Amino acid sequence: MIEVKNLKKTFGNNEVLKDISVTINPQEVVVVIGPSGSGKSTFLRCLNLLETINGGHVWIEGKDITDKNTDINKIRTEVGMVFQQFNLFPHKKVIENIMLAPVKVRKVSPEKAREKGLELLRKVGLADKAEAYPDSLSGGQKQRVAIARALAMEPKIMLFDEPTSALDPEMVGEVLEVMKQLAKEGMTMVVVTHEMGFAKEVGDRVLFMDGGVIVEEGNPKEIFENPQEERTKAFLSKVL
Amino acid sequence: MDIRWDLLAEYAPFFVKGTLLTIGLSVCSILLGTIFGLFIGLGKMAQNKLISLPFNIYITFFRGTPLLVQILLVHFGLVPLIWGETNGILAAIIALSLNSAAYVAEIFRAGIQSIDKGQMEAARSLGMNHVQAMRYVILPQAFKRMIPPLGNEFIVLIKDSSLAAIIAAKELMYWGQAMQGQYYRVWEPYLTAALIYLVLTFSLSLLLSRLERRLAVQ
Repeated sequence: MIEVKNLKKTFGNNEVLKDISVTINPQEVVVVIGPSGSGKSTFLRCLNLLETINGGHVWIEGKDITDKNTDINKIRTEVGMVFQQFNLFPHKKVIENIMLAPVKVRKVSPEKAREKGLELLRKVGLADKAEAYPDSLSGGQKQRVAIARALAMEPKIMLFDEPTSALDPEMVGEVLEVMKQLAKEGMTMVVVTHEMGFAKEVGDRVLFMDGGVIVEEGNPKEIFENPQEERTKAFLSKVL
Repeated sequence: MDIRWDLLAEYAPFFVKGTLLTIGLSVCSILLGTIFGLFIGLGKMAQNKLISLPFNIYITFFRGTPLLVQILLVHFGLVPLIWGETNGILAAIIALSLNSAAYVAEIFRAGIQSIDKGQMEAARSLGMNHVQAMRYVILPQAFKRMIPPLGNEFIVLIKDSSLAAIIAAKELMYWGQAMQGQYYRVWEPYLTAALIYLVLTFSLSLLLSRLERRLAVQ
């Protein structure tokens, strides 16, 4: 569970997030949409402290990550993140990418980590790529490996930062398919995306952000079919 | 231009001795300079400006002043100050190490900063601490990129070790000058020295390009 209260983030004089409060429940899939520059990626990156937080509080599984005494590395093991640019480790094979954190951080034995890694690769449909280097994979395959890598830490929450935005159109589907499966299994997910189809089909709740605030939130049906705010209407009329 | 092979034959043992000392000076200075350079480079990257300032000054000084001046300062100033008397070989190793450390520091910093910041973010997002992320993710990639500029630096260092001749460290160039002084011959000593330096630097660059290729295969 994630609880965000009065979250503020500034870059210099630029206030990117203004007083965001939201609660994300266990097993919920929350999709964050909004125009570029609305602060949605920054919001996501605050949830595992990839951005420093300038005000307010964020509780992950009951622990306040803005508290100096909280061990952020421990929290991060429970919050997986998938990036727009994949960020696979190019000097390591696919299976090594997946094993690295469990072995070094969780101190899992390499044999166990490999076994688990292969199982995750089967799950994302890439069992045959275990010994390949990331450079030899397509964008869609890279992103599926990145998802498997995050899942290897057995996180309670998964954050997706525009996971399909850097992909060729024909590869978007395979990544979304893996994400849908994950949602079905009951993973708590926060997804920043431009894939409105995914938001409608898989999202339990949609947050529309603009100008650093959550303008409107509700279930996908409400937001997409009957938006209340002018800004939401304007945005949706452009993207749908 | 007739070559006096007999004189060269007479001086051959000295050239061998000189070459061995040149190799020794270079290897010591490369090792010490690299270790010290990594340390300086890390210091320069410190977030805290007060911590990084002395490292910045160090790099600015050693890159901004002639190596010859540094060698003289170490030989006639620093070494006597610490040990009471001076020693050409010791002074040469110290001066060359301090000088190359400044360049290695910059190569090291540039190598690390050339790695996309997404790599660090991905490692941290998986729960690794800063040291683990550096060790398993950033440094292995940065090291590969550091090999070509480091190779250049090592080659420069081998050639610059010839400056130690002026503080009477009996390396290759010292014997070249000695021969020139004794027989008033120009071509034999200096061409011989040049050829030996060429063999040394060329072997090193062959070695490095082989290493580079082997790492590139992965």
